[in-house]
Amino acid sequence: MELLNIDNITMKFGGLTAVSNFKLKIAPGELIGLIGPNGAGKTTVFNMITGIYTPTINKIYFQDQDITGIKPDKIAKVGIARTFQNIRLMENLTVIDNVMIGFHLHLKSNLASAILKFPTYVREEESIYHKSMELLEKVELEKFKLEKAGSLPYGQQRKLEIVRALATGPKLLLLDEPAAGMNPQETKELMNFIQKIQDDFGLSIFLIEHDMKVVMGICRRILVMDYGITIAEGNPAEIQNNPEVIKAYLGVDANYA
Amino acid sequence: MSLNLFLQNVANGLSLGSLYALIAIGYTMVYGILRLINFAHGEIFMLAPYFLYFGVLIFHLPWWASIIVAIALTATTGMLSERIAYKPLRDAPRISVLISAIGVSFFLQNLAIVVFSGIPKAVHRPEFFTRLYRFGEIRIQSTLFASIIVSSIFLTLLLYVVYRTKTGLAMRAISTDIETSRLMAVDVDKTISITFIVGSALAAVGGILWGLRFPQLFPTMGMIPGLKAFIAAVVGGIGNIPGAMLGGLILGMSEILFVAFLPALSGYRDAFVFLILILILLFKPDGILGKKIQEKV
Amino acid sequence: MKKQNEKILTILALIVLGILVYLAENNLDAYKLRILNLGAIYVTLAVSLNLIYGFTGQFSLGHAGFMAIGAYVTSLLVLPPYYKEMIYILEPLAWPFTVIHTPFIVALFLGGLFAAIAAFIIGLPVLRLKGDYLGIATLGFAEIIRIIANNIPQVTNGALGIKGIPEFTNLWWSVGVAVVTIYIIKGLIESSYGRALMAIRENEIAAEVIGVNLTYHKVMSFTISAFFAGVAGGLFACLLTTIDPKAFMFVMTFNILIVVVMGGLGSITGTVLAAFLFNFFLEFLRPIEAGFNIGPIKIPQVPGMRMVTFSALLLVIILFKQKGLLGGFEFSWKGFFQFINKLFGNKKSSEGSVR
Repeated sequence: MELLNIDNITMKFGGLTAVSNFKLKIAPGELIGLIGPNGAGKTTVFNMITGIYTPTINKIYFQDQDITGIKPDKIAKVGIARTFQNIRLMENLTVIDNVMIGFHLHLKSNLASAILKFPTYVREEESIYHKSMELLEKVELEKFKLEKAGSLPYGQQRKLEIVRALATGPKLLLLDEPAAGMNPQETKELMNFIQKIQDDFGLSIFLIEHDMKVVMGICRRILVMDYGITIAEGNPAEIQNNPEVIKAYLGVDANYA
Repeated sequence: MSLNLFLQNVANGLSLGSLYALIAIGYTMVYGILRLINFAHGEIFMLAPYFLYFGVLIFHLPWWASIIVAIALTATTGMLSERIAYKPLRDAPRISVLISAIGVSFFLQNLAIVVFSGIPKAVHRPEFFTRLYRFGEIRIQSTLFASIIVSSIFLTLLLYVVYRTKTGLAMRAISTDIETSRLMAVDVDKTISITFIVGSALAAVGGILWGLRFPQLFPTMGMIPGLKAFIAAVVGGIGNIPGAMLGGLILGMSEILFVAFLPALSGYRDAFVFLILILILLFKPDGILGKKIQEKV
Repeated sequence: MKKQNEKILTILALIVLGILVYLAENNLDAYKLRILNLGAIYVTLAVSLNLIYGFTGQFSLGHAGFMAIGAYVTSLLVLPPYYKEMIYILEPLAWPFTVIHTPFIVALFLGGLFAAIAAFIIGLPVLRLKGDYLGIATLGFAEIIRIIANNIPQVTNGALGIKGIPEFTNLWWSVGVAVVTIYIIKGLIESSYGRALMAIRENEIAAEVIGVNLTYHKVMSFTISAFFAGVAGGLFACLLTTIDPKAFMFVMTFNILIVVVMGGLGSITGTVLAAFLFNFFLEFLRPIEAGFNIGPIKIPQVPGMRMVTFSALLLVIILFKQKGLLGGFEFSWKGFFQFINKLFGNKKSSEGSVR
């Protein structure tokens, strides 16, 4: 059974076609990369999966359920989480609060029991706290739990955003340029981290990246987009030698081994 | 309704609409540049007729001189309010500037109460302004013509300035992107001041025409017309100058015709205008001539 | 600090508060009591506005409208039927208002409930708007409510308003309601739902993607906020004993907004202090209007100087102290004892406050 089935979707904004006939099937446990020049439509694909945009044509299925056009909060409930290209943390809230919010969507206690602090709610809140601390420990951010999220250095903000996404308990994690702005050391740590969380949490991961070390290093399968069209699909070796891909990135025919 | 009555109402609607248009332009220009709803604009509108009448009654200036002085004083007040209350908050969250604008609005209102007294003033107008012209059965006050003619002149002048001069180009640049404009050597502070001066001057013209037409002045007289003019700007497309003119006319007409066709509901006339606002915001927030700005996700 | 100890301290503080209220009620004159009552009512108004604005980040300018609904509903329920018949001179009072008569607490609750219902209906479409647009739209609704009140004399007695409302509000009621308001809103803010509200304030798109249902949470916050505004309206009516549509113009919302800004958005402690300070100041400034002497200089009587000063004050605060007078500080027992410790030179390490 495939986890995610993107069935030939197209996204038009008025007269502009941002994405054209995009199709992809992701199986459980896969790590798939999406690359392409800026403006190729990659984030638009993510936005369609997560319900921020509704595809103009055709549908998206998750675990055989039609999720096309469902609002983002329901997408999260269904099991898809994402991070953003330009980090979207709750900057004035503490680090730990940012993670604890990720658990809110699975809260069983109703509003009244939360306000009046019934024992069932208090127990849930404690459980959320502990689980959030565990996640913070995984990225070595537990010391900063009471710091404002906006005060963290860039690289740690990225890690926090990933951990917040993990809090929602997803089966599929979408990462939008997670390595952006990282130095080689941080990038290496990130690569290990991504593979680790994939094993620990049994996730499928779909990531957009410009850093080729990351993509070629950890992705089993890669898709390449340019001007909204998928121009290539394959494993790292195939993609690196694909003339269309080279042309899209460099604009000339070149041999790039 | 007889044709004559209908035409009378249309004339009234145009007159009221042109006044709203003059005020609405100030709102839309400021919003276009600073993304700020200048709550104090209604008070600017209110100050002009007060300055006018005080000029005539206390300083015994001839009418034409007093009009010029009133416009100049009002424009200065507008420019000063920007320098003192909005400029320091340019990098602050937008809500802070909004609250500051509300603060200026109430400050000016209460200052007017203190200086001019809260008792409505009925002012004597020279005959020139009260002459009635007759067209068949319809009676039209000279101020109605004045409103439409004067508004049209000023609006045309404004369009010329905005679309055909360097200053206007600077204004349009700033409304798109302040930082980049600065990098392009646009004097942002000066251009913003000019925007406020022009917007306030137009509101002053509107205020004076209003004061000549309804010669009962009171310090809170700017609130409701100010709010309605803002609604007109939204209807036409906030940030869009021709939109403000169009919105003003549409709103003025709608208001007059509402009362004309549903006289039993005339107490709800302001509520009707607010309802238009809410409907526009819900269904076509960009207004008639506005364009959608997408937030990048 | 253990939760047990915190609870005990809070209960002790409430007992002290109760004693203070008892002493005040029995010793202070009517003038001072009125100011204290207004202060407490403003606490309820400002804390509830802070919920939707400071915590959820939705710029609502409609508070006066919900207050008005609460004030009118409470008044209609609390006045005896024969009296209502007397004062409705524009048009006879409509049924069933002619026969309904309820105890004060029921009237207050229903006032809040009707305000909440109105908020629910208005909120569903309007809360989709953002920032200034939401502000203007909610302002529009508040004005519509007021205009309706002016135009349905068979229910509200139109522009004449309702007079002779029994003076049920005393410090026990106003402070009591304020305490309940703070308890519930604090309880909400310190829960997972509160985190969700603040997430919406910080970054709406991210909040939605994290699984927070925007519509549910925004409308919930708006409705609860309006409920307490309505109850405050009822208290207000039974304190001033007369209400009319002019009492609920935008100035009222503006006053509450001043309190919220003065106290700091998102700070309940600050709001409480600001609410009382605001009312004290307003009274304190009254002599300015009557005219007074500074030495040989005679300053003449100037009505309206109060509000001029006040608006200027708001501008000063907004321009120089954007985080409010207390800078976002929130009271906590832990923080209080750390402060005491520091004063007496103990070397206890302190953790910052959580929010």
